[in-house]
Amino acid sequence: MFKRLHDDNTFVFTFDGTDIQACKGETVAAALFANGIAALRKTHTSSSQRGPFCMMGACYDCLVEVDGKTVQSCMLPAQPGLQVNRAKAQDE
Amino acid sequence: MATDDTDIVIIGGGPAGMSAAICAASHGATVTLLDEQPTAGGQIYRGLSNGDNRIAGLLGKDYQYGKKLIDQLARTTVQHLTNTTVWSVDENAVITYSKDHQANRIAAKIVIIATGALERPYPIPGWTLPGVMTAGAAQILLKTSGIVPEQPVLAGTGPLLYTVASQLLGAGVKIAAVVDTVTSKNHLRAAKQFPITTPGPLLTGLSYLKKIKRTQTPYYKGATQLKITGDRSANGIEFQHKGKVVSLRSNCILLHQGVIPNTQLSRSLRLEHHWHSLQQCFHPSIDQWGKSSLDNIRIAGDGAKIGGAIIAEHHGTITALGALADLEKITEQTRDKLAALPLAAIHRLDRLRHFLDALYAPPVHYAEPTDDTIICRCEEVTAGDIRRYAKLGCVGPNQTKSFGRCGMGPCQGRYCSLTVTEILAAENKLSQDEVGAYRIRSPVKPVTLEELASLHD
Ligand code: FES
Repeated sequence: MFKRLHDDNTFVFTFDGTDIQACKGETVAAALFANGIAALRKTHTSSSQRGPFCMMGACYDCLVEVDGKTVQSCMLPAQPGLQVNRAKAQDE
Repeated sequence: MATDDTDIVIIGGGPAGMSAAICAASHGATVTLLDEQPTAGGQIYRGLSNGDNRIAGLLGKDYQYGKKLIDQLARTTVQHLTNTTVWSVDENAVITYSKDHQANRIAAKIVIIATGALERPYPIPGWTLPGVMTAGAAQILLKTSGIVPEQPVLAGTGPLLYTVASQLLGAGVKIAAVVDTVTSKNHLRAAKQFPITTPGPLLTGLSYLKKIKRTQTPYYKGATQLKITGDRSANGIEFQHKGKVVSLRSNCILLHQGVIPNTQLSRSLRLEHHWHSLQQCFHPSIDQWGKSSLDNIRIAGDGAKIGGAIIAEHHGTITALGALADLEKITEQTRDKLAALPLAAIHRLDRLRHFLDALYAPPVHYAEPTDDTIICRCEEVTAGDIRRYAKLGCVGPNQTKSFGRCGMGPCQGRYCSLTVTEILAAENKLSQDEVGAYRIRSPVKPVTLEELASLHD
């Protein structure tokens, strides 16, 4: 669904334990898109799938979990070795 | 807790914030610029400081122009705090923000809010599915990471929609279709606003449309009843076109319906706002120097009125000049002299903007979503729910919160406020000004307990 125009300076982080290839300067949301992952969480009301919508920190549809904290993946720079998980539906 | 006293604190590092900072610092004011982004430029020049010429080349000269402001800002004495999220501004111009998980306060003599624009919510069935995002979001992916969608459908209207289409085509993307909601009514309305003096940006716009045609990108004009299909994620879009239902396959749908001022901070300060009928959104009320209904709070750029990057840049300068004169850093004569050129430029460009506002006005259906359409993305409240609340006597947006948590999720109404106002206005036969908008409370962005605690350390 998305592709990179250039593949520079790649490294790896994990999403739910799976290796995700990222390029320097990408946010977690961007890297996940480039790896074909658009659905990141489920809503707490109806458990519907959601993914990044605004990419500018306004919609909160891109929430993921890092170190037990819920964070916006579109505002989070991807880092080598970062462990990212799907956010649990209940806690927002 | 760190406390400073600064002449002018500017919130937002886009064209308005940067030009205000440059102007204020050059006349001896102490200036702090609080910027949510990792580098200066705002959303419009986002990623430009990364210095990737391959991408800047694709994005065109209007984008590359931002480099001038970014470089100028870097040469000033402005304290530029990046990755900084502001969560509250109070009426005494005290600002609370987080940076690196640490909360801080800063006191200013004058605050300039330059938080720019948000994309107008365009609620249609299926717009919450993964794979649907705003056209602006796709542009951010291109600007910051050189990531492009494959075979996307672009749907809606507004200058940005065509700009993004053209940029993606330039990057070699095959666009599945452009589904345009502009109607011939828009053309008639726009003809009355035709600008005589500034054809430049208009020609650029036309060249985008030509590129869409030249590349034989499927183009549907005057589409209505748009609906995104798919169960767990988007797999296509359906709409009415020339009396027929058209259904297209795509797992990436980019929506756009123009931009509106981001009024979260101005609303949280309970500043006066008014409905702007041409731009179909609320503007904070300001005077000619950007002064809001509170003396020490100023608003510059698209956060005050949608004008685009160049108007925002000039407006930033004018707002800074007004603040400098009030702080007695410059005389009123100097202020007036220095403001003459940017004021004239805004006056000239405003005519073009009003033409664009009329031409790319959102279609009627945008404000009248079908009952099953989710309005509040966070709490999954539908348009039908809002209409039901109206029948039960709900007249104001704030009441919808108690009826069904509408607008109470983490986005704090950024993507539903306008729609709720429109639906309540239609249901209760009131004007948008009479209905008003959500009351916004600080923190305007969710804060962690650790951050709150760090404030009192
Ligand atoms: S995608 Fe909207 S906040 Fe991250």
